[in-house]
Amino acid sequence: MSYLSDALENKQFVVTAELSPRKGTQVANFTKTINVLKGRVHAINITDNQRAVMRMSSLVASYLVLKEGVEPIYQITCRDRNRLAIQSDLLGASVLGIQNVLALTGDHPSAGDFPEAKPVFDLDATTLLHTITKLNSGFDLNDHPMKGATDFFAGAALTPQTTPLEPVLMAIERKINAGARFFQTQPVFNVDAFSLFMSKTSHFKVPVIAGILLLHSSEQAMNLNKYVPGIDIPDAMIKRLEASASPKQEGIEIAVELIGKLKGLAGGIHIMTVGQEKDIISIIERI
Amino acid sequence: MIVTDKKPGHEVIGALANYKKVFVIGCGSCATVSRTGGEDECKAWIDILQSNGKEPAGYFIPDETCHVFLLKSMIRQSQEASPADAFLVLACGAGIQAVSAASDKPVIAGLNSMFLGTTYRTGEFLKYCSLCGSCVLSNTAGICPVTRCPKGLLNGPCGGMVNGMCEVDRDAECVWVTIYEKLKSQNNQKKLVSMNKPRTYNKLKHQKVEPIKLSGKPSVKGL
Repeated sequence: MSYLSDALENKQFVVTAELSPRKGTQVANFTKTINVLKGRVHAINITDNQRAVMRMSSLVASYLVLKEGVEPIYQITCRDRNRLAIQSDLLGASVLGIQNVLALTGDHPSAGDFPEAKPVFDLDATTLLHTITKLNSGFDLNDHPMKGATDFFAGAALTPQTTPLEPVLMAIERKINAGARFFQTQPVFNVDAFSLFMSKTSHFKVPVIAGILLLHSSEQAMNLNKYVPGIDIPDAMIKRLEASASPKQEGIEIAVELIGKLKGLAGGIHIMTVGQEKDIISIIERI
Repeated sequence: MIVTDKKPGHEVIGALANYKKVFVIGCGSCATVSRTGGEDECKAWIDILQSNGKEPAGYFIPDETCHVFLLKSMIRQSQEASPADAFLVLACGAGIQAVSAASDKPVIAGLNSMFLGTTYRTGEFLKYCSLCGSCVLSNTAGICPVTRCPKGLLNGPCGGMVNGMCEVDRDAECVWVTIYEKLKSQNNQKKLVSMNKPRTYNKLKHQKVEPIKLSGKPSVKGL
């Protein structure tokens, strides 16, 4: 059992943070950030070529997290690898001692820095979860027996502020049936909408870790609204950042306020930043 | 209906660099309807070839260019085709390959084959089918996600759907929302909860070099 799954089972308010591997082979800063977060988060998510931008492998970066004594949540997308490569990476991850996996479909290559690349999507988030469930039972996706099963704690992503909501709710149910045992959400900015979403999904009884995205300027907030699917930052928040003498500090205040309101609603929070990983700690200190 | 698109002229001229006498082969079926390989386009290419220092040898337009036996006989009988150094084919990939199979001459593609199109009205085609070989339409309200979702997802919508629109093209409706709405109108939306298994790409028998003979009766093998 992973530390994360124990914490969720014991109804602790879970804190996870997100780190993106860099483009390149220098990992000194990456390792430094892991150590800053060590002991202050339940687990660190490692993104897989986030926004379809090529970076170091999420499997290797997850192992670096583990080596520093922190539990990784190894993110896998279906964009870049077919079912053979994904299963083989999962077996490797298990041997390395990685226990938490977040199964994602992945952004389309057109969003990233290799827009001409072949989009693979041989599997999708649901069939990836189904694959992980199979591997956990000692069989591969085609029911061939394996010598040694995996023991993954698998999760999935969800977008709580979407319309129409009904097909999204059905996708959530489908992911749970396929093996999702926790969810991490896209950034939440509207607590009322999130609360409504939670009331519609409470019967699933699967823990939901709410996404918190650290804002640092009104321009950044407007760009996120414009370019990142599923992000809807309210105008009032953008105005607060605009009016503040220290927008960076205001962003931290907004995050802390949101977390305070989410405490009774979500099973935990998942902190994301856009290249400001060092600020994660300023939020965690005030939870 | 195979929808084709004209290749850029400089690309075709470039591919013809080593050939002087060029014979043009159009197609009387899809490429004529697509307005990419009919009478007008063949004539236009004769002019383009001339103005680029080539010797156009003539053209013909088979009823169906994707028919090897038909092409063999037409090429054999054509007096203009026989002295040509190369064939410029204004047809889909199946047509270009039929010409290649019917003759030893070099074959130059004049068109890009785009998709199997559904005709909306004359000259307007909808990209609805990609001939994937494992049809899921019974599960998806007769709307193909393999073709119409940019990720080809069999289990959607993905997290990129925002207000019913697609992450890749914000002006296009997410096809999984379209599927959901159609299923809902048929009171069948619960179908979305069941997982569609990953597709099979194991269609090697269809890649045989020998022709595949289709029986007149629908096959029930494997049911």
